[in-house]
Amino acid sequence: MMLMLHSLPFLWQGLLVTLHVSALVVVISLVLGVVLGVGLSFGPWWVVWPVRLYSDMIRGLPLLVLIYSVYYMLPLTGWSVPSFWAAVSALAAFQTAHVIEVTRGAVQSIPHGQHEAGKAIGLGFGQRMIYVVMPQALRRFLPPWINTVVSTVQGSALVSLVGIVDLMFSIQQVIGRTFKPMPLYILGALIYFAINYALSLTSRALEARFAYIRE
Amino acid sequence: MNYHLNYYFIWKYFGRLGWGLVVSLELAIVSILIGCLIGLTLAVVSHGARRPVRILVGAYVEFVRNVPLLLLVYLVFYGIPSVGGFAYSATTSFVMTLSLYAGAYLVEVFRAGLAAIPKGLIDAGRAIGLTPWQRVLYVRLPSMFRIVLPSLGNAFISLFKDTSLATVLAVPELTFGANWIYTNTFRIVEVYTVVAPMYLITGFVLLFGLRRLEHRFAIRRR
Repeated sequence: MMLMLHSLPFLWQGLLVTLHVSALVVVISLVLGVVLGVGLSFGPWWVVWPVRLYSDMIRGLPLLVLIYSVYYMLPLTGWSVPSFWAAVSALAAFQTAHVIEVTRGAVQSIPHGQHEAGKAIGLGFGQRMIYVVMPQALRRFLPPWINTVVSTVQGSALVSLVGIVDLMFSIQQVIGRTFKPMPLYILGALIYFAINYALSLTSRALEARFAYIRE
Repeated sequence: MNYHLNYYFIWKYFGRLGWGLVVSLELAIVSILIGCLIGLTLAVVSHGARRPVRILVGAYVEFVRNVPLLLLVYLVFYGIPSVGGFAYSATTSFVMTLSLYAGAYLVEVFRAGLAAIPKGLIDAGRAIGLTPWQRVLYVRLPSMFRIVLPSLGNAFISLFKDTSLATVLAVPELTFGANWIYTNTFRIVEVYTVVAPMYLITGFVLLFGLRRLEHRFAIRRR
């Protein structure tokens, strides 16, 4: 018990890195994923095919393989990338593919009549998206999107394998000094659990909140 | 860019990748079988059980679902033996972890599957005089199996991808084979341009096969 308390300051630094990585990935994948997801749903074939290919390929690979590939192969392009950004871009590429699918699901659930109504009152594509489709798609988007945030926080533990000192790595470091694995793994599990369970509960609450709407 | 592609070593050591893929598939198959057993048992037990039982099952599901798999892998391999005073091999440990992980996801799948069985089917079973156990064996389980098959297939493919984490315990699966070749030959680009398609193609073959299977067992509505 005392060991858990004493190791907290060390884990705190790691936790900050985990949160930093997760936050970056969540923001990048949200922006890219929504744009590409809308492109996948409404774009011409030369947008749809590459996005479809990207999404299916990335989702078909284990995240760990993706992280290793980006981490080891980026430097070969002659582009010196710090390992932090290599890991963040690999995670972001992975999560973007998932956000694309969430966006596609949400946006395509809006009946075609809504688009036609928007056209009928003279709205352009951007306006139809912002004023008609997005507000309605939001409730289909939020719960599964929060689940991708949970999987981002979980996936961020893998960046410890390419040497980034996140929460997972700090746990290993403290174990390396104390040789007491069990208390630290449990403590780490509790910290991850606290973050992700809060997110999961939010997702479930939103789902319940939106459940009254029936088509 | 002065990097010259050289696949010589990849083909020379391809056995490590080929057998690695086999080990990955084996890990996924064993884990989903044990996971199904865990999931099905807990779903049946917690179905209509008393509150403490449901809370316990819920705690297991929520814990496993909200903690990174990597942490669970370490916890089971390094953590538990350190307090239990016993040890097991990396493969055993990883299969146990992945099974527990699969079980937590499959409880929900089976619970939904059991709830989705049309009431009329069970009533029909009762009407032709089946005992409660026969109803479970011949009516509930087969119809549930058809309902959960798509989710089961997806869970299997995602477990297949998760087997890549076994590399941290030096279980000789596909990612471990890739890293072995990398550390011994430094042909990193070549290794990953071969390994990534191996994962992708296997995943798509599994997906295709499972879709066929679903089609074969789909409930035909007339």
